[in-house]
Amino acid sequence: MFYREAGDYKKSYAEDSQTFPLKLDRYAYYALLLVAFLVVPFVINDYWAAAVLIPFLIWSIAALGLNILTGYCGQVSLGTGGFMAVGAYASYKLMTSFPELNILIIVLLSGVITAGVGVIFGLPSLRIKGFYLAVATLAAQFFLIWLFNKVPWFYNYSASGQITSPKREMFGFEVTGPSASAEAKYLFILVLVVGLAWVARNLTRGRIGRSWMAIRDMDIAAEIIGVNPLKTKLVAFAVSSFYIGIAGALFFSVYLGAVEVGEAFGILKSFLVLFMIIIGGLGSILGSFIGAAFLVIMPVMLKNIMVGYFGWPIDLAAQTELVIIGFLIMLTLILEPHGVAQLWRFIKQKLRLWPFPH
Amino acid sequence: MFEQFLFGIEAAINGLMTGVMYSLVALGFVLIFKASGVFNYAQGVMALFGALTLVGIQEGQVPFAHLINAIFGTKITNFTWEVPALAAIALTVGVMIIFAWLVERLLLRNLVNQDPIILFMATIGLAYFMEGLGDLMWGSNIKTINLGLNQGMNETIDAATYEWFGYGFYIDNLDITAAIIAVILVVALTVFSQYSTTGRALRAVADDHQAALSVGISLRSIWVIVWGIAGFIALVAGVMWGAKSGVQFSLSLITLKALPVLMLGGFTSIPGAIIGGMIIGVGEKVFEFIVSASWFGDLVGFTMNATENWFAYVLALIFLVFRPQGLFGDKIIERV
Repeated sequence: MFYREAGDYKKSYAEDSQTFPLKLDRYAYYALLLVAFLVVPFVINDYWAAAVLIPFLIWSIAALGLNILTGYCGQVSLGTGGFMAVGAYASYKLMTSFPELNILIIVLLSGVITAGVGVIFGLPSLRIKGFYLAVATLAAQFFLIWLFNKVPWFYNYSASGQITSPKREMFGFEVTGPSASAEAKYLFILVLVVGLAWVARNLTRGRIGRSWMAIRDMDIAAEIIGVNPLKTKLVAFAVSSFYIGIAGALFFSVYLGAVEVGEAFGILKSFLVLFMIIIGGLGSILGSFIGAAFLVIMPVMLKNIMVGYFGWPIDLAAQTELVIIGFLIMLTLILEPHGVAQLWRFIKQKLRLWPFPH
Repeated sequence: MFEQFLFGIEAAINGLMTGVMYSLVALGFVLIFKASGVFNYAQGVMALFGALTLVGIQEGQVPFAHLINAIFGTKITNFTWEVPALAAIALTVGVMIIFAWLVERLLLRNLVNQDPIILFMATIGLAYFMEGLGDLMWGSNIKTINLGLNQGMNETIDAATYEWFGYGFYIDNLDITAAIIAVILVVALTVFSQYSTTGRALRAVADDHQAALSVGISLRSIWVIVWGIAGFIALVAGVMWGAKSGVQFSLSLITLKALPVLMLGGFTSIPGAIIGGMIIGVGEKVFEFIVSASWFGDLVGFTMNATENWFAYVLALIFLVFRPQGLFGDKIIERV
């Protein structure tokens, strides 16, 4: 009754083409932003920030990136972990080589460097398609991880082979390093998430996004109507890697603080991000967030229930978790191949007609 | 220098043997891909699951013992009996066939007409599911397979090569067994698909689903058969790999070794899987042999080793850029 276009008059083109054309959507979005910026920082404690909120925000960025490539442009990538590692190591090298550089600039630059690497590994996508490409991106995953493990220059010849993020400040508040407060970390990442999601939303609505979707739906047909496949695919690889690189940089510098590359950015992380976008919804910005939230919160919840409540041993809980995740992925694909976001679209469609469906 | 050359040859022969083991895994992929168009990521986990089940049945473990103990507070681990090897193998094959039937019934049937990539992701889900299930059923500790397979250095080859070159080659008996089994499997599969009615039906389905349906071939039973055969091959691969390095989680990662083999050989070709496996097996061993030499390390400025993880992928990637369908794959024809 209330959730509909009627009565919401648009007086200019800008209003007509805004991201949330419905009044209720718009208000809900503003309310969400208000809560995220003004309420959450005052109520979080370290456990919630470290276990749920910060990982959720970082994985959302990675999921957004992969969704641009896989969901919008149709190029399945299993190299997410490798590209996140590029972002992490780029930020580490930048932080240690230019100590006076602002952390925000470092994170963005890491994204740019990752975008460059992504373009290189995206080059074969013009010749290779489908499964062959998915497997080919594994080359990026394994090669990059191996490179960061073996070449001492990347980890500044440290004895342990680990990289540790030094202390950096933003407006006088520490955001990286061991003594940074949870609120500062949270807000720093939140600003990036909101900015990146806004860019992604508008990219996918515009000309570039439409050319991606044309390539996804049928690349030959897209080529015939004048979409340049090489350029489009490479732009998708670049933008996607930019996002994933930023996620990797934040994951290392702000969240973990110290990483060992094989463990933090292994192939399992690539699958994790892929699962996020499958469950959340391929080709949906909202879906990236839903998927990330789901796969971050669920293990924490399951662990709390199985280990904390039932008192099961940890290894048993981990195995049950694998079974549940696998089962949920198959279930999602069978019931709704377009993910939870598609359900949300259905609900909105129904709401517009409620209470008088025709 | 001649000695170095001999070492290189030895590495190449061992690589060839490892390559055959990769092919064993790749074979299962090719079968399923040809018959149902599904790129089955779970093949490696099926190998792990098969090997775990075999060991579990043979040793008379109680399935889900860990879980039952955690829920009911009991302390059960084993039945009082042990099953002889042959009976255990037969039972495991039975389990794999039931598994194939369940996959068709619960998963594939519900995903007919979806994009291939959706099916691929579903098999990743299946892989996770089975990995957890295998560990839940049989426990996650490292197990050893005891089927009386010959292991260790082959004395005859060692003696013969020592006589010829003055240096005995180290070749594992297990690898030789694996190579022989792989050859037998390929011959059996070829004979089966060429000369039996079911084999003909399999090839028909691989050629064209709809045409096969229209002449009265039941797609569903074919899928069960194919997944069953793939399960059997996975079991063989699991036993060979398990005997080599213990039955444990890392066994499921052989999928990741089989994928570049497939890319190189083509997803639809059985000979491609074998030859691709050999090329990659030899290639990665020889490459590792060359780059881990000290003069090469000096050249690039850091010690290069453990290249086996990525060499196969990079080789396949470079190769694919020039020949996108792989060595023996069907030519890719695209229509709008």
